[in-house]
Amino acid sequence: MSATTPDEVHKSVRKYLAVFIALIIGTVITVGAYYVHLPSVAMTIAVALLIASVKAFLVAGFFMHLISEKKMIYGILVATVFFVIGLCFLTIWSMHDFPANMNHSVTGQM
Amino acid sequence: MDIPYTVHPRADTGLYNAKVGIWLFLASEVMLFGALFSSYILLRVGAPDGTWPHSVLNIPLGTLNTIVLISSSITVVLAWASLKLNNFARYRVIQSITLLCSLIFLVIKSFEYRDKFAHYQVVQKDGKYVDGHLTGSVYLDADKKTREEHGFRGLSFTEGPKGAQKKFTLESVTVNGFEAKSLAEINNPKVGVHHEHKDFKIAAAQIKKIGNYGPWHNTYMAIYFTLTGLHALHVIGGALVIGYIWGPGAAMWKTDPERYINRVEVSGLFWHFVDLVWIFLFPVLYLL
Repeated sequence: MSATTPDEVHKSVRKYLAVFIALIIGTVITVGAYYVHLPSVAMTIAVALLIASVKAFLVAGFFMHLISEKKMIYGILVATVFFVIGLCFLTIWSMHDFPANMNHSVTGQM
Repeated sequence: MDIPYTVHPRADTGLYNAKVGIWLFLASEVMLFGALFSSYILLRVGAPDGTWPHSVLNIPLGTLNTIVLISSSITVVLAWASLKLNNFARYRVIQSITLLCSLIFLVIKSFEYRDKFAHYQVVQKDGKYVDGHLTGSVYLDADKKTREEHGFRGLSFTEGPKGAQKKFTLESVTVNGFEAKSLAEINNPKVGVHHEHKDFKIAAAQIKKIGNYGPWHNTYMAIYFTLTGLHALHVIGGALVIGYIWGPGAAMWKTDPERYINRVEVSGLFWHFVDLVWIFLFPVLYLL
């Protein structure tokens, strides 16, 4: 997993700096996309969340060394991701349970 | 009491125990924040069309805080790499930047919070809204002899020594902001429309409802304070642990350097997680 010899550490440091620059660029693009006002709300949300996901991948993958981690940690995380996605979808599914005539904006929106 | 620990990776897991421990802890943290994010989705999708507030927060400050937190994330990992290269002095310097960044983040956040507590919304009896910073409020006592001017203390308050307490009632407030005909005009300002800010003096008799942008203001402010407050607590907790390892805990570098490096790595993993949460919080709360 993590670098052990001085040479490997030096190589990792260069990688960390590249990731750092990518994260700053990602932040600038996210804020920039807000100010240019994309044509639709859906597109704005999609762009912002896509960039956030890429940034999250970079932090978790390189700063937290997840791209070269041991199996046991992947096991823990697969379970976590499964449950957290379930958690988010539960709230969305629950919204379809309302009677149609309730004052609830979700009708016809999802 | 000596808590059992391992310094070198175990043969069966390939990891030292603290690393398994921190990842299990982070997994539970993901569930904690996941629950709140799903609450956010519920509130946001469930809000009637056009009522979800936009541009309530200060985007330049939020962007600055994002950059501060990302910077602290790289310094954490560079500090750890310095230790791997046996360079303790450089670790000390780089990790002090991490601690400085955490402090800057919290100071900026507290300014943002303070701003929300000074930001008021007044609903007038004629149906119009005034939104802005409360700059003054005038109170009158019951016999209308004493007039007091100071920060907002509600529609009335009592003051004075026991037995001789006086009741003061609000006479007027001054708000520096803009007037709006509807909530939608405040929550969804149209692109390019800039509200002229000026002072509004509003008599108490005109006020139907008055309140600041605290967590009680609306569901957006509630979830904003809950998410960022919990995140700020994580920043404080992480900074305390990193600060302890950096300062008083650094004696271990001499007695057990490998275990010390592990501590720095594990506290760093937590710190990256805190950064990761912010990466999602920032666009979700500030921009969308």
